[in-house]
Amino acid sequence: MKKVYLYTRYERFWHWTQAFLILFLALTGFEIHGSYRLFGFENAVLLHNNAAWILIVLIIFTIFWHFTTGEWRQYVPTSKNLKAQVAYYVTGIFRNTPHPTKKTSLSKLNPMQRLVYLGLKIIFIPVMVLSGLAYMFYRVQIDGAIQSPGLYDLYLVSAIHTLGAYILLAFVIVHIYLITTGHTLTSNLRAMVTGWEELEEEPLQEAEREVRRQDIKSK
Amino acid sequence: MKNIATFILSVIFPIVIITIVLRDASKDNILLEALKEEHSIPHVPSVDHSKHADLQRDFDNPHEVTATCISCHTERGDEVLSNAHWNWEREAYIEGRGVTYLGKKNLINNFCTGILSNEATCNRCHIGYGWFDDRFDHGNPYNIDCLICHDNSGLYDKARGGAGYPVPGLDLQTIVQQVGRPEKDNCGYCHFYGGGGNNVKHGDLESALLHASWDVDVHMSAEGASLECIDCHQTTNHQMLGRYYGVSSDNTMRATCEDCHTALPHVEKTLNEHAVKVACQTCHIPVYAKVNPTKMHWDWSTATDRLDGEPYEVLDTLGNLLYTSIKGEFHWRQNAAPDYLWFNGTADHHLISDIIGENDTMIYINTLFGDATDPNARIYPVKIHTGRQPYDTEHRTIIQAKLWDADPGMGALWVDLDWDEALAAGMEYVGMPFSGNYDFIDSRMFLRINHMVSPADQALQCEDCHTRSGGRLEGIEGVYIPAQTTHAAIDHFGILLLLFSFAGVVIHASLRYLAWRKRVKKTPDLIQKTMNR
Repeated sequence: MKKVYLYTRYERFWHWTQAFLILFLALTGFEIHGSYRLFGFENAVLLHNNAAWILIVLIIFTIFWHFTTGEWRQYVPTSKNLKAQVAYYVTGIFRNTPHPTKKTSLSKLNPMQRLVYLGLKIIFIPVMVLSGLAYMFYRVQIDGAIQSPGLYDLYLVSAIHTLGAYILLAFVIVHIYLITTGHTLTSNLRAMVTGWEELEEEPLQEAEREVRRQDIKSK
Repeated sequence: MKNIATFILSVIFPIVIITIVLRDASKDNILLEALKEEHSIPHVPSVDHSKHADLQRDFDNPHEVTATCISCHTERGDEVLSNAHWNWEREAYIEGRGVTYLGKKNLINNFCTGILSNEATCNRCHIGYGWFDDRFDHGNPYNIDCLICHDNSGLYDKARGGAGYPVPGLDLQTIVQQVGRPEKDNCGYCHFYGGGGNNVKHGDLESALLHASWDVDVHMSAEGASLECIDCHQTTNHQMLGRYYGVSSDNTMRATCEDCHTALPHVEKTLNEHAVKVACQTCHIPVYAKVNPTKMHWDWSTATDRLDGEPYEVLDTLGNLLYTSIKGEFHWRQNAAPDYLWFNGTADHHLISDIIGENDTMIYINTLFGDATDPNARIYPVKIHTGRQPYDTEHRTIIQAKLWDADPGMGALWVDLDWDEALAAGMEYVGMPFSGNYDFIDSRMFLRINHMVSPADQALQCEDCHTRSGGRLEGIEGVYIPAQTTHAAIDHFGILLLLFSFAGVVIHASLRYLAWRKRVKKTPDLIQKTMNR
């Protein structure tokens, strides 16, 4: 076993801020949806909109971070080991068989994670952001008059946004559970808090990193 | 610890700050301040009528007063002759009917039902002298009653049953010397008492507006803008703005909030955006009949009942009439929340000649047009007055009853308490056939609520509509109202998705726990190694 620095400071900041914002958006969003009353409708709208803008700024920074660090490669999907990973969660985990995918700093995500996180990045979060913006700018005040371009139906937009919210919440439930399937129950959580995770031996780690740094520089 | 502190500083703190800053953006409403200033300048009349030589005399009859007015204001008579206050009808195009000439003159309602055959008493509220019956000359300017609108002395009064003539013995000389622009009590003389008593008809127009508090009406209150009716119902050459859709049909010459407040009256832009679909009145008149009750239901079918052979009345503890032999049964409401509907500024009316369908159990005295897909339609507050009134079961038309006469034995319901006679007399006057067979049918009338605007802090709040159930706009269709409008299929799917996710997680975790227990039993020293597992 070896302690490896897996998540950089920005990555952790991004992860937890996004986690908080998504939960906060869900909390205020479902109040706007009429599911319960908590902050009051007006406050819920105000909080939801502001949290949405903060999330959008965070997403822009994070896109920048993904490309400057090359971390986007972590999310390139692969079918290699995908079946084995599914089999692990369905049966292997109960028999204490080892994880089929070795976690390294170069490849932090198993094939299932790659698929799911990529789906979040390129489908679910963009859909939520775009439907949210479409909702926000359904009417705009320009030149002393309210403009209603009427390019889309608000009911449809809200339906998409609501559906997306349920799917994101379902993701959060499963995600929170699956982080307990690391080396120990809390090792993944600790890693995302401190950045350091105990991993199986990873002999080529530093060397490989160096190779990749060179690789990025040369590009 | 450091992480948590960083997190709070970088995430929660900005959200709180931004929210507080936006929340407290109570910028001054510049527009409203300008309006207040504009209306704080009192009107100074250019003429003192008490100094006119022509008015230093006694008048034998009111027509002489009118003639004297017209002798100086030479064109005003003709202006009035083309005014709806005078003609009680207007030319209007109605979808499905074409060009119509409708108004109080020929329309029915579900209060006193209509003026035909009852002109002598109803037309006390006409701005003329002597409209006793359909022989009245609408072309004679000397029949105009200038004083009912222009008397500023408060002494002028019209006689009951006098078809618009003043009560005998008025000191017309004193009155004519104090004429001026119409004030609240000029307009209110008729408009506050429609339907036979204070606030009976409209619910938002009543004598309490003469001395309204800030809470009752911000515009007319002395604590507020202290406005007169004509400040909003702007009048040019005796043509005034304002439409009452109990008698009006088209979307012209309306007096609107936007006339003064513009289409963007709020500092908060979200509120301005609401106004695309929601009329100002909807939020700003949360309740009507704030001071005195208004009539909500009038059941004519119970009229003519007698107690020991005599007509009688039943009052509630507040003095409201619940039953009277001459009119039937009433329901009243005070501090009433309006009903809401889509309205595009056009309306239709049930004409006395309209045939009631075989299966109709309800007639609509007026129909306010508009729906969510109509770009001109917005959601407006209304009072819905329900009634039960007589109709001819054979000819299937509404019946105009003769209600009033100076003398008994003339068929007037309020005098003789005899339906058969009253209906026959009324229809004979109207010139329509009456089969002699009648029953009572439910009716509905929609009265727009426009007055008694509440202070801004008493306007409807977001939650009054943006709530899952019980919101003000619960019956409104065709528009997405956040929190109220549900996405039933998505909600069902979403909740199932969350439940299945949670159940899946619990089952998986339980199986993992059981598997771990099993392994522990086989090799007890594993406990130490995998305590955290």
